[in-house]
Amino acid sequence: MKVLVPIKRVVDFNVKIRVRADGSGVDLANVKMSMNPFDEIAVEEAIRLREAGTAEEIIAVSIGPQKTQETIRTALAMGADRGIFISCDDELEPLGVARLLKCVVEAESPELVILGKQAIDNDCNQTGQMLAALLGWPQGTFASRLELDGGKARVTREVDGGLQTVILKMPCIVTSDLRLNEPRYASLPNIMKAKKKPLEEKPAADYGVDIAPRLKVLKTQEPAAREAGEIVANAAELVEKLQNEAGVI
Amino acid sequence: MAVLLVAEHDNVSLNAATPKAMSAALAIDPDVHILVAGNGCASVGDEAAAITGAAKVLLAEAPHLEHHLAEEMAALAVPLAAQYGAILAPATTTGKNYMPRLAALLDVAQISEITAVKSADTFERPIYAGNAMQTVQSSDAIKIITVRTTAFQAAETGGNAPIEKINVPAPAGLSQFGGDELTSSDRPELASAKVVVSGGRALGSKENFAKFIEPLAGRLNAAVGASRAAVDAGYVSNDYQVGQTGKVVAPELYIAIGISGAIQHLAGMKDSKVIVAINKDEEAPIFQIANYGLVGDLFKILPELQSELEKADG
Repeated sequence: MKVLVPIKRVVDFNVKIRVRADGSGVDLANVKMSMNPFDEIAVEEAIRLREAGTAEEIIAVSIGPQKTQETIRTALAMGADRGIFISCDDELEPLGVARLLKCVVEAESPELVILGKQAIDNDCNQTGQMLAALLGWPQGTFASRLELDGGKARVTREVDGGLQTVILKMPCIVTSDLRLNEPRYASLPNIMKAKKKPLEEKPAADYGVDIAPRLKVLKTQEPAAREAGEIVANAAELVEKLQNEAGVI
Repeated sequence: MAVLLVAEHDNVSLNAATPKAMSAALAIDPDVHILVAGNGCASVGDEAAAITGAAKVLLAEAPHLEHHLAEEMAALAVPLAAQYGAILAPATTTGKNYMPRLAALLDVAQISEITAVKSADTFERPIYAGNAMQTVQSSDAIKIITVRTTAFQAAETGGNAPIEKINVPAPAGLSQFGGDELTSSDRPELASAKVVVSGGRALGSKENFAKFIEPLAGRLNAAVGASRAAVDAGYVSNDYQVGQTGKVVAPELYIAIGISGAIQHLAGMKDSKVIVAINKDEEAPIFQIANYGLVGDLFKILPELQSELEKADG
């Protein structure tokens, strides 16, 4: 079985981003970039499937500017077998990404696509669901557990009330939530080996699909700031303030 | 053009998220229809019909709609879409599951987790865990929108909209429900509670979490929340997580106990009216957004707080 893992290069989760004062967007100059944390979990899950003998080949795919290749190399260093880099300097919306990924799925015929439930930059939480729709495949989103058996995927999902299990016909799409696994770090020898793994490059335009954005960003602003309050001395003072000053208890 | 709001419910009663999302729908267009899809959910249809501003309720009942599987919900909504200028759902795990699927089937973008309606085609939404707010304008004929319900007041009730039963397409049959493990609690629901008491890794164990957080929550009639670290450590289950990718809450009072305040956690609670932080590290980022901070050992402070609250209650 082939597993396709779409990944995204995003601002590192530890970075506190800065909004440009003129409202034109977020300042990404000289900011540390990493693989989207949910996508790392997806890569790890694919590797575990191969280690368990369920998957034979893992293909990592990413779309973006030239430096996106570094993120694909990270996935290769973790253990993916080969990479596909779709070069594109424009910012894409999830629908455009799903369209390009559909082309890759049709060319590679994986039985399973695993990707992060959400990218921590635009927080859209759409791409997996959209890809499933375009392919006519079932979807198991926000997965905390994945079991494959007899052409079916059993996906335990993290939902608002607790956990829900769905049983999907394969091929299918799974999007990873935080508790699916703990991703490994790439070892130095594996980072060296990853440099020799195949990484195919193709411009987004060559896929011949419509990836034009549907939304126009009018402005990007800082959220309303919250001022730090006061430090109280003890529990008695806290209760007094909550009762008489804030009036919330 | 009319707007369709997809109701969130458990086939028995309407979820509190729906009347809040209704306010977003009404801000787009006064002609709002509510879709109640499920199995044996006529009572939910009645509740939806009572939301002030609802022009009509569409009731879709079938066994394969019982669990709101994305494949079935999207297939149900596609043939309805042409009559509407926008389709909205609350940004719950259910709405977030089927709405992007519906958007792609309709060949339109989705606008995720809107926090304000600027006009019928322009919306505000948070990006980067709420560290930036983006205003976006949609050029699509049908706007597919999920609503961050903490940003909207609940619509009133007292209406009496007509209920129309609609045809349900045959099951897509791609997926099936395999069971659930839902947390049952006597406490208020986390997403809509007036007071939330959240615990972090500093609690140290599942036993301590129960011993120190639960009584305080009980005293304040609060919902219990947790940081990702506390959930990852197994102190409580995933549905307690507050943050960028967990639940977003905005109660009157949020008490963060032993939570340092990672960006991802702040994203889920920084719109709370009053924030209290209790932490032994005075440098913890949580203090930068807290109205009231208490620096010290939580195992000493919490019993004191409990007895002070008892005294205050007289």
